[in-house]
Amino acid sequence: MALGIYISMKIFNIPDITTNGSYTLGAAVTAILLIHQQPVYIVLPAVILAGGIAGALTGIIHTKLEINPLLAGILVMTALYAVNLTVMGRSNLPLINISSLFTLINISEKPNQNTFWILSSFVIIITSIIGYLLKTDFGIAMRATGNSESMIRSLGVNTDRMKITGLALANALTAMSGYLISQYQGFTDVSMGTGIVVIGLGSVIIAETFINWFRVTSVWVGLILVLAGAVIFQLVLAVTLDIGVDANLLTLVTAVFVLLIVSLPRLSFKGSNLK
Amino acid sequence: MIAVNNVHKTFNPGRANQVNAINGVTLTIKKEEFAVIVGANGSGKTTLLNMIAGSVFPNSGNIQIGGQNVTKLPDYRRSQWIARVFQNPVSGTASDLSILDNFRLAAIRTKPKCLTIGINETFKNQVKEKISTLGMGLENKIEQQMGTLSGGQRQALTLLMSVMDSCKVLLLDEPTAALDPRSAALVMKTADELIKDYKLTSILITHNLKDAYNYGNRIILMGEGLVAKDLDSEHKANLKQNDLFDWFG
Repeated sequence: MALGIYISMKIFNIPDITTNGSYTLGAAVTAILLIHQQPVYIVLPAVILAGGIAGALTGIIHTKLEINPLLAGILVMTALYAVNLTVMGRSNLPLINISSLFTLINISEKPNQNTFWILSSFVIIITSIIGYLLKTDFGIAMRATGNSESMIRSLGVNTDRMKITGLALANALTAMSGYLISQYQGFTDVSMGTGIVVIGLGSVIIAETFINWFRVTSVWVGLILVLAGAVIFQLVLAVTLDIGVDANLLTLVTAVFVLLIVSLPRLSFKGSNLK
Repeated sequence: MIAVNNVHKTFNPGRANQVNAINGVTLTIKKEEFAVIVGANGSGKTTLLNMIAGSVFPNSGNIQIGGQNVTKLPDYRRSQWIARVFQNPVSGTASDLSILDNFRLAAIRTKPKCLTIGINETFKNQVKEKISTLGMGLENKIEQQMGTLSGGQRQALTLLMSVMDSCKVLLLDEPTAALDPRSAALVMKTADELIKDYKLTSILITHNLKDAYNYGNRIILMGEGLVAKDLDSEHKANLKQNDLFDWFG
């Protein structure tokens, strides 16, 4: 999921709100297909397709109708809420006693380890694909699109099409994380996507901070840092809960933590100026 | 090579802030000609250049490149002929990408961007060799982010990037406006050499009358969205630098 946001945020300079909707969409599609006993191998492509369409819609609204990307994202996200409810039929779908990815594949005896390995291999495969993609000629053009639109157009790239493709890709990734989470936690809820974009952004911003600190240009290191950012973010949340902070204050802690990370480099620069 | 026929462009037509940027310009730039366009702010120079590049479309009239009517072709389709250097160094290069990535994109300007990795050792060496001709010592920094370089370095690299792929037309929109005198001189010298070496047809917009006097083999003065003066190489050679200053007097 963080990777999806990384693509839209870093590569296109667009904080893509569609994410909130496509995350739930992925989960909803997963739930409904699994409940109707569809073959498991069909679920993932369906989820990717659904997320891709949602992203492409945002892209088309943004580029062809020239609507502010934030607004385009909000529009699609709002529309997706209704779509999700319709797909699911009701606001909460439990997936208990329904065979899912985690019950079908058995790598390890213990269910917890099994889940861990499946999730890890997913992350590794996806990261490798994205990493390769970003290093190709197509990927370089994609990364340049958010950087300097005038340059990339003068180098013969249709930026509209590039943005639509990129947003589709980003939302397909987000939908995929919805697919994983719904099976992991065993239910899909229509409001599970709320605020997900903040978590993703938080992870990306943590990674960005490190990237700027060390002036990372390598695609691979960048991607791994984004993953690390996501893990750090979750750890902070877990630690916060663990030391007994009221769960209701969690969002406040999240906000303060992101603020801290972002302002750290500036604060330390100020310190060195004073000397 | 480039033919502009009776082109008009009006921004915000019918509103209070209507601007008649170009009022019927007809201009033919011959192959391998290096035309310098001068004129006051708001005289329509940049609009004209943007229309040739395809980022602004004319209200009427037509534009041809190499005998082909390109009036309705968007800028990313015209890249098969045209390379551009922008006024702002940031516009011509991607700051977060490495120098190498920037050159890779430039090297496939006229080709589709496929799902293959195009950067290999051969390509790296080719880029290093190109960059070393600048004598800026940048050839060992090709993995560095473009954003870490100075404006002058970036403009010089943008120029080099334009000839990485087959290029027929080079459009320079005040490439030295944001640079200090020394970098500006280097960028102009590089541009002039590339134009001669690669036999490019080029258009330079500049406010620097010294550059306008020293470079190019044709000079055009624009005013009020029209071509006010147009001197070919013979007349340009007879022109004195002071005459140029008088144009703006």
